[in-house]
Amino acid sequence: MKVLVPVKRVVDYNVKVRVKSDQTGVELANIKMSMNPFDEIAVEEAIRLKEKGIATEVVVVSIGVQQCTETLRTALAMGADRGILVQTDVTTESLAVAKVLAKIAAEEAPGLIILGKQAIDDDANQTGQMLAGLLGWAQGTFASKVDPQGDTVNVTREIDGGLETVALKLPAIVTTDLRLNEPRYASLPNIMKAKSKPIANKTPADYGVDMTPRLTTLKVTEPAKRQAGIKVKSVDELVAKLKEMGAVA
Amino acid sequence: MTISFDEWRARSPFYDETHEAVAQSVRKFMAAEVLPHIDQWEEDGELPRELHKKAAAAGILGLNYPEEYGGHSEGFNVFHGLTQSEELAAAGAGGLGASLMTHGIGLPPILALGSEEMKRRIAPEVLSGDKIISLAITEPSGGSDVAQLKTRVERVGNKYVVNGQKMFITSGMRADYMTVAVRTGGPGMAGISLMLIETDRPGVGRTRLDKMGWRCSDTATVYFDNVEVPPENLIGPENGGFIGIMRNFNSERLGMAHGCCAMARVALKEAMDWAQTRETFGKRLGAHQSIRIKLADCARQIGATQAWVDLCAHQHMQGKGVPADYAMLKVQATRMLEHVVREAAQVLGGASYITGSKVERIYREVRVNAIGGGSEEIMLDLAGRQMGLG
Ligand SMILES: Cc1cc2nc3c(=O)[nH]c(=O)nc-3n(C[C@H](O)[C@H](O)[C@H](O)COP(=O)(O)OP(=O)(O)OC[C@H]3O[C@@H](n4cnc5c(N)ncnc54)[C@H](O)[C@@H]3O)c2cc1C
Repeated sequence: MKVLVPVKRVVDYNVKVRVKSDQTGVELANIKMSMNPFDEIAVEEAIRLKEKGIATEVVVVSIGVQQCTETLRTALAMGADRGILVQTDVTTESLAVAKVLAKIAAEEAPGLIILGKQAIDDDANQTGQMLAGLLGWAQGTFASKVDPQGDTVNVTREIDGGLETVALKLPAIVTTDLRLNEPRYASLPNIMKAKSKPIANKTPADYGVDMTPRLTTLKVTEPAKRQAGIKVKSVDELVAKLKEMGAVA
Repeated sequence: MTISFDEWRARSPFYDETHEAVAQSVRKFMAAEVLPHIDQWEEDGELPRELHKKAAAAGILGLNYPEEYGGHSEGFNVFHGLTQSEELAAAGAGGLGASLMTHGIGLPPILALGSEEMKRRIAPEVLSGDKIISLAITEPSGGSDVAQLKTRVERVGNKYVVNGQKMFITSGMRADYMTVAVRTGGPGMAGISLMLIETDRPGVGRTRLDKMGWRCSDTATVYFDNVEVPPENLIGPENGGFIGIMRNFNSERLGMAHGCCAMARVALKEAMDWAQTRETFGKRLGAHQSIRIKLADCARQIGATQAWVDLCAHQHMQGKGVPADYAMLKVQATRMLEHVVREAAQVLGGASYITGSKVERIYREVRVNAIGGGSEEIMLDLAGRQMGLG
């Protein structure tokens, strides 16, 4: 079984982003970028399936600017087999990305597509679901456990009430939650070996997908600054203050 | 200006995306395997052996060693090594790099001068993290004047018999092997040999030394009392050890200088973070002009030192390095570190004096850098001699 893992290049999770002065977005110039952490979990899961002998090949795909090659190389250094770069300078929106992925899925015929449940830049949480819709495949989102059994995969999902396990017929879509696994770090020799693994260079046009954004951003602003707290000496004082603020009746 | 720990590297002509990838991996290794435990190891006075095995699996121990002896060098250059040591420095505990990477001084003489049999016997076990190797040059009677070392070796039948003491030996309590400088011949540098001594040989003793800094690194006094060593343990020719000791120094000093820059950046970052949030006299500490100037002055010195480190590393890569440069570079780096960590401590105020801040730890580690691996005086004297003032 082949496993396909889409990986997104996002602002590194350690970076404190700043809103651009014209409020059109956040500052991206000279900012450190890395693989979306949920996608790292997806790559890790795919590699584990390969190590268990369940997956035969792990293919990673990234859609975006030329530098997404670095994100692909990170996945290849972790242990993925080959990469596909779909290069575009246009802002990538979930639906357009899902359309490209659907075309790649048709070409590659993977048994599983594992995606991050969301990207930490736009937190959209919908690409996996859209992809499942476009392909008409079963989906198991927010996975905390992925267990393929023959021609089905059991996916344990984190939901409000606890854990739910669904059995999906393959091929299927899985999106990862934080607790699925702890991604490995690439060993240094594997970083160099990854340089010789193949990456195919494509464009959205190759897949007949129009990436033109359909959404318009009106304005991006900083979250309101938190007011400094006050210290109270007793429960009575706390209750009095809360009443004063109208927080309790 | 934002000061991110590795932001300078992204703009340096000597670093590319593979260095960044190395940085990312080592950083993750540090976050997973080191940072949660480093305070405990500082208290324990040594690193656990498993850490060496984990670091080997991550590719850290074998970086820039020949593939045939268990390392990996293809595609890597000296800047990958510097990147790695920078990330190891992020813990703010210099003992980590010193003790985890002691093979960086213990192993090269074997790879350069040792027999093929010795290289195959020792290097793979060390680079896999199964065995620990130290370098033992310094003696209780002195470390600067290596040519006067006293540890004696007599040839008795088909064996060498070693008697003497070694002092301040890094990883000395845990080492399985030691690359030891001994006197096989007459006085002076022409009588010195390098010898591999397994620490489980009868007559090898050691005691732990407690220290001002580098606390997670075990440092030992080592005693050799009629230790019998087979002749095949000689590293290189008899009485030809001095050159082996000297050739180690250039890369050691380059690494130490870079380590000082890394440590200084850690200290500056702590001070910057503090200056951004701490308020005094009604405004942020960093908004006071004198503090702003202080911190910018630190950044200036780090930048200047790093530029020379990068130049020397580039020359090293091309085989164009000059010993006097590495010697002076090391002095530049330790004096810079001493200044930066002093200023960082001032900015942190009382907090810098409390155990647990990185600045407190780095402050205690200035001296070992300024003294070990060739003290400031000896370095400048060496440079002065090479300037023709001998
Ligand atoms: C934590 C730690 C770890 C170490 N690890 C190792 C190790 O793994 N292996 C190893 O072999 N050694 C190790 N050393 C030893 C280190 O290399 C020596 O401390 C160093 O070489 C200085 O030698 P010394 O301490 O004997 O000082 P000395 O040689 O006695 O010198 C004392 C002082 O006098 C100055 N001085 C000496 N001669 C002159 C002169 N001619 N002109 C002007 N000034 C002079 C020196 O600069 C120094 O400041 C370690 C030291 C420390 C502190």
